[in-house]
Amino acid sequence: MSYSKVDIRTWSILGSRGTFGVALTDAARSNPGIIALSADLCNTSGLDRFRNAYPTRFINTGIAEQNMLGVAAGLAATGFVPFATTFANFAALRSCEQVRHYLGYMQENVKLVGFGAGFAMGMFGVTHFALEDIAALRSISNLTIISPADGMEIVKATNTIAVTRGPVYLRLTGVMNAPIVYKEDYDFTIGKAITLREGDAVAIVATGSMVHPSLKAAEILATQGIMAQVVNVHTIKPLDTAAVDQLLNHRLVVTVEEHSIMGGLGTSIAEHVAQKRGFPPLLRIGVAQGYPHVGHYQHMLEVSGLTAPKIAGRIRLALDDTVGLSHE
Amino acid sequence: MNPSTEKRTIQIKQTALAMRRNIIRLALNGGNNGVHVGPALSIVEIMACLYCEVLRRESGMPPTMRDKFVLSKGHGALGYYVALYEAGLISLETLNTYEKNGGDFPGQPVKNVAAGIDFSSGTLGLGLAYGAGLALGARKLDSDTRVYVVLGDGELNEGSVWESVMFAAHAKLTNLVAIVDRNGMQSDGCTSDVMGIDIEAMWRGFGWDVAVCDGHDVEQLLAALQTEPMGKPRVVVANTVKGKGVSFMEGNNEWHHKWLTMELHDQAVVELDAMEERGL
Repeated sequence: MSYSKVDIRTWSILGSRGTFGVALTDAARSNPGIIALSADLCNTSGLDRFRNAYPTRFINTGIAEQNMLGVAAGLAATGFVPFATTFANFAALRSCEQVRHYLGYMQENVKLVGFGAGFAMGMFGVTHFALEDIAALRSISNLTIISPADGMEIVKATNTIAVTRGPVYLRLTGVMNAPIVYKEDYDFTIGKAITLREGDAVAIVATGSMVHPSLKAAEILATQGIMAQVVNVHTIKPLDTAAVDQLLNHRLVVTVEEHSIMGGLGTSIAEHVAQKRGFPPLLRIGVAQGYPHVGHYQHMLEVSGLTAPKIAGRIRLALDDTVGLSHE
Repeated sequence: MNPSTEKRTIQIKQTALAMRRNIIRLALNGGNNGVHVGPALSIVEIMACLYCEVLRRESGMPPTMRDKFVLSKGHGALGYYVALYEAGLISLETLNTYEKNGGDFPGQPVKNVAAGIDFSSGTLGLGLAYGAGLALGARKLDSDTRVYVVLGDGELNEGSVWESVMFAAHAKLTNLVAIVDRNGMQSDGCTSDVMGIDIEAMWRGFGWDVAVCDGHDVEQLLAALQTEPMGKPRVVVANTVKGKGVSFMEGNNEWHHKWLTMELHDQAVVELDAMEERGL
């Protein structure tokens, strides 16, 4: 499939939710099994397009996420491909046991979509942040977790999971006017990490909204003579361990995620490399423990150290002194 | 009652007795760990009516067309497995693997469509949502499939149940039938002591068609389960006795989950024999 510059710019303007809504509406045209469910967040989740195009294939379960998961599972058992959507925090935490039961244990073909993951909800506050969703869901067997880096990756991920059997948690980060990572088409395969930039000193492994600032951090480091490889881990689970194993010869491996420092991408990689002989030191960049004072999205990224200059600064410090690599 | 209906009713009562015999026999499989025997005995007639009469799931029927069954109160598993055996869906050899290490028929059901198990359960409050999804899916496929969900009365404490009760009424899922096994007990004692609720008023208030019957009376159960829907989902509140059929278990919550000694097993068998001699 080819994507036009207009598509790419449109997805950027729409941000992750709007782009998902467009992608699912497009996918539904050729796949009559697709059903969208929302827990009373249709209008804020970009699904109004879908509802207008396919009113009988849109189900609003009311503000009742647990029931939404069960209804989705029953529809999946009947042969439909349900996309159950809500804010990431509610998807992962409010209905955590339902995810374990229907998606993990029963392996029903439900696609759970978590909007506004990380700090995207800004002034809505801590109750609407999702900083623990990966940690909560990563240990659930049979569940694939995908965290796209930009609009094109959201489109590709949505199309791919719609036609791939198996339960998925699709984690959507970022806000409108999202940065563009992919300016042209590329191969997206579930479970295959993608190197976006080569560099032999440092490997920056990032996911979701943090892929773009990681690329920018690599540019900053390059001006200081530090060459950084940047890897987009769009599939958090199953982890592409073969790709991680190839980072063995760097002086430092860095993970960057808009998620708690505990239990997310960094932890996943730490679990893997702890068993490896001679693996370089690991710097995990993410959100520290504690519930911060609330602010707009960019403010939250700033205070959490998740901007390109701050990521580059942390990496520079870690290279100078490999002691004290995490900041729990 | 016409003669053929009367004959069918007697057959179901005989099936229920055979199920109770198997429940008592298989309760020994739990050894000293015990099994959920009381909650299995309270649903015997409900399961017998469903699997021997109400559910349309003849072999050869496409899976999407068959009626579906969800045991939301998973701890009734033993009462479920013995019904699957009576319906010819599993063999005696398979039934006897109940609570065997590593087997497919543990203390709570595991989805196994070939064996007639449409839903994995154990954790309470998750069955009705799934049943609502099955019912909605059937409607979207223009299938006349009906979905039956058995819940415990204690299970109704779970908030997730009421999300689904609300949803099914709003979506007018007339092909969904919930059955509440109102045995009046839950793990810690009488439901009236633990969490006293007005079950009929609540379901009615949420927009369901409510029927109440004696959950051990086959005629009443069949009438309640086979009533045509009237624009609403239907709940059958079945008044039952936990441990029904064995005097020392009836209404005694110790038998929610307990081990059976050989002596007590034999005593239960004597009682079931006497029940048969009395003519059910």
